[in-house]
Amino acid sequence: MVPFAGWLMPVQYTSIVEEHQAVRNNVGVFDISHMGQLIVEGPGACEWLNTMLTNNVGKLDVGTGQYTFLLNDRGGIIDDLIVYRIGQMEFLLVVNAARADEDFAWLQDHLPNVEAAVSAAREVHFVNRSADFGGVAIQGPRIAEFFHTLFGNDANLPPRNSIADFPFDGTTVSVARTGYTGEDGIEVFFRSSDAAKFWNAALERGKPFGIKPCGLGARDTLRLEMCYPLNGSDLSPERNPIEAGLGFFVDLTKPNFIGRDVLFETKENGPREKLVPFRMKEKGPPPRPHYAVFENGERVGEVTSGTLSPSLNWGVGMAYVSTARAKIGAQIDIEIRGQKFPATIERKPLYKKP
Amino acid sequence: MNVPDDLRYTESHEWIKREGDNVRVGITDHAQSELTDVVYVELPKMDRQANAKEAIAVVESVKAASDIYAPVKGTVVEVNKALEADPGLINREPYGQGWIFVLKLDNADDLKQLKDAEAYEKQIG
Repeated sequence: MVPFAGWLMPVQYTSIVEEHQAVRNNVGVFDISHMGQLIVEGPGACEWLNTMLTNNVGKLDVGTGQYTFLLNDRGGIIDDLIVYRIGQMEFLLVVNAARADEDFAWLQDHLPNVEAAVSAAREVHFVNRSADFGGVAIQGPRIAEFFHTLFGNDANLPPRNSIADFPFDGTTVSVARTGYTGEDGIEVFFRSSDAAKFWNAALERGKPFGIKPCGLGARDTLRLEMCYPLNGSDLSPERNPIEAGLGFFVDLTKPNFIGRDVLFETKENGPREKLVPFRMKEKGPPPRPHYAVFENGERVGEVTSGTLSPSLNWGVGMAYVSTARAKIGAQIDIEIRGQKFPATIERKPLYKKP
Repeated sequence: MNVPDDLRYTESHEWIKREGDNVRVGITDHAQSELTDVVYVELPKMDRQANAKEAIAVVESVKAASDIYAPVKGTVVEVNKALEADPGLINREPYGQGWIFVLKLDNADDLKQLKDAEAYEKQIG
């Protein structure tokens, strides 16, 4: 068990590699109760969120969600999150555990209501419901079958990036078709008091599917093979989404959102550094965060995430590298305990399903 | 957890087996089960002289790199090359084929500082 953002969470239940393979081949379940849930509602909710988040909230139909960023005034990333439109005027933000309080405080400070007089049309109500909800992610190629085992044959698996409510053993849970593993999967949110019941039911009914409980270790190897960023490692208040190669989730056609000017300028002039995936060329020690990156003997960047990929059986990672050197196919060296090991800058994702 | 009676132990989870003037060193069953999935071992250099508690090897699992310490003062006289091709030996046979290095003892009396099986078992609870 390790302390993680105020939660005590297992790095592994049995073995990172076994848990990783369960998700790639069958189905695995992760406790994501640590993640935060913020609710924004009111006539002004959509308009206000569009000034706070990088993606275009206005494009969401009720029951759909999108990946997006919450930025500081310098365009740096406070958090990456998923925003779901759960009603015409109601939104659910699923945020990182370590940032939930910070996100809440930042959003609270920017509510339109803090201005003296706000018209009824701009009114927004904002609450932190993190303590009220627990959640699990169930991920893997057998998720569709397993979904029907959990929720019945008449239940419709929500389409990708969509969210819907389902009855479950006398309670109601929300199911979103999303995840952080690169496999098909769902995230299920329920009242905290139902957490143990749902977790145990998922493990019990998942037995025929070869389900395994999965810890933070497998969550990290799975997401890294897909080049999904981890906040606190690959993303930080000093980095913006353009540098992180995630401009797809930034809508610069929106006239106004916090950080827009900086992102616009970064996009125009090109970022100084870019986040790139790489793979080691030799069997050797796996790359780890903070190792230095060299090209032709010159230091050009730093590793932010690294591991031995259980699917590829190669050392893989992501690093911020000066833009001029950040070319796919470029040969770099990773310095590990004073010795340089060759690597190649790769295309995203590092792992593709065979 | 397997803690053989005939070995000595360190607080940092190395096991030590006396072989005449030498000691064979590896990591305990408890340590390998905590690390799981060992994927790389950086062996010490031959003839390296090390002080007690000096980091001289590295065992890397999927999740992290962990230093392995010389349990006593001595000189590296043998390293387990088999771990380069098959680091998983540490998981499968921590007290057998998964040994890491052999030190020539500087002073056999140093062994008295090490824990016996009972004390180590108490440590890992």
